[in-house]
Amino acid sequence: MKFEKKDILGMKDLTVDEINLILETAESFLEISTREIKKVPTLRGKSVINLFYEASTRTRTSFEIAGKRLSADTINISASTSSVVKGETLIDTARNLEAMNPDVIVIRHSAAGAPHMLAKLLRQSIINAGDGAHEHPTQALLDMMTIKEKKGGIAGLKVAIVGDIMHSRVARSNIYGLSKMGAKIVLAGPATMLPRNIEQMGVAVYTNLEDAIVDADVVMMLRIQLERQNQSIFPSLREYSQHYCLNRTNIKLAKKDVIVMHPGPINRGVEISPDIADDTSCSVILDQVNNGVAVRMALLYLLTGGNE
Amino acid sequence: MAENKNVKIVMDKDGIDRCLTRIAYEILEKNKGMENLVLVGIRTGGVYLAQRLQKKISAIEDKDIPLGILDITLYRDDISTSSKKPALGKTKIPFDLDDKKVVLVDDVLFTGRTIRAAMDALIDFGRPKTIQLAVLIDRGHRELPIRADFVGKNLPSSFWEAVSVNLMEKNGMDEVIIEEEK
Repeated sequence: MKFEKKDILGMKDLTVDEINLILETAESFLEISTREIKKVPTLRGKSVINLFYEASTRTRTSFEIAGKRLSADTINISASTSSVVKGETLIDTARNLEAMNPDVIVIRHSAAGAPHMLAKLLRQSIINAGDGAHEHPTQALLDMMTIKEKKGGIAGLKVAIVGDIMHSRVARSNIYGLSKMGAKIVLAGPATMLPRNIEQMGVAVYTNLEDAIVDADVVMMLRIQLERQNQSIFPSLREYSQHYCLNRTNIKLAKKDVIVMHPGPINRGVEISPDIADDTSCSVILDQVNNGVAVRMALLYLLTGGNE
Repeated sequence: MAENKNVKIVMDKDGIDRCLTRIAYEILEKNKGMENLVLVGIRTGGVYLAQRLQKKISAIEDKDIPLGILDITLYRDDISTSSKKPALGKTKIPFDLDDKKVVLVDDVLFTGRTIRAAMDALIDFGRPKTIQLAVLIDRGHRELPIRADFVGKNLPSSFWEAVSVNLMEKNGMDEVIIEEEK
């Protein structure tokens, strides 16, 4: 199968075949990161611009390492040190970057739809590295790769996603992606963090952590966005963690071989207790990070076609 | 088979097996045994042939010879000009290559570009003492200064003919065929 997409904007637009191709390609790329010389010459002469309007350690570093291991030139632009502070609009910035002829632009922006606008405007391939509370497709792909690696497949698994679903682009992308791949998805969070009518995405919804994780194969904990504490969607961190923190006791409700995931950065003791986060017999948080590089290598590889 | 093609079988099952047996002995003779000797099959046809050579050599010497699998896609010289990316296979070289005598195995030696890519890939894994090349068919038309150390059969062909090595493991039968346009 050939990969025909110009851009990776969201899990909503990817077909099952395309997801499988990306995951299989990523699995082949895993090996490169274990070599002594972690570099292949495949994307020599290609350039990748990481345009980040929001803070990021993992995703930006992951894209940068992915590009470098494929021998592409990677350039990082963060909003705080760019012309954005001088008042340049996103469109003007993008047009200027286009004039320098990169091959791929990776963008993270606080506005949902920003990558989609660039994709229409520019001839370069655009990868969405997170747009507002909309989508974060590369995170969902690395999550799916990790689930597939640990569980041997995705179809038929019960996946519980717990936390601030409302503001989570990770949750949205995973719901789109995992349900396409045949997983059964269950959400849990305080009512103030559950979008209205989210059931229409074909998921079961609980306001209680325990109910959601019963017999779960995968539990995905979301980060409580501390910056939203003042929006009065939850009374206090302490109260949140009393009800929604994954710990030694409540994890027993899930299947014995449950895997625990978290997109990072984690708030220890808020949404996940430290002993669970650090217990490598169930926590796959660092496997997610490792797989993230491979997924992003796969996307850069598949998107940078030739001259035709 | 397409009707406008002339298909000729140039080697059958027994022929392939006899070639591989001879190559196995030649590899051992040239390397004076199997000390530090490893096989690396190039995906996909070369892998099956390397596995067969592994069996033969291990049986002759009564000791297992290590086998690696190499996918050369990421090292191709046409990767940035081809319109869509070819599918990627897994590379698995579960041993250190430093100071090893590596025998690369492929089914057909043609332009030599695959072998160039394979050598570049191998050198990213370590510094082998030597790299040798074993192929079932050498059909000529080299575009690079590359030659094989062990050849099953030299098959003079025109550039436009297609030479295929069909193997039980992937095609359900063992044969080497040459197809020419009528």
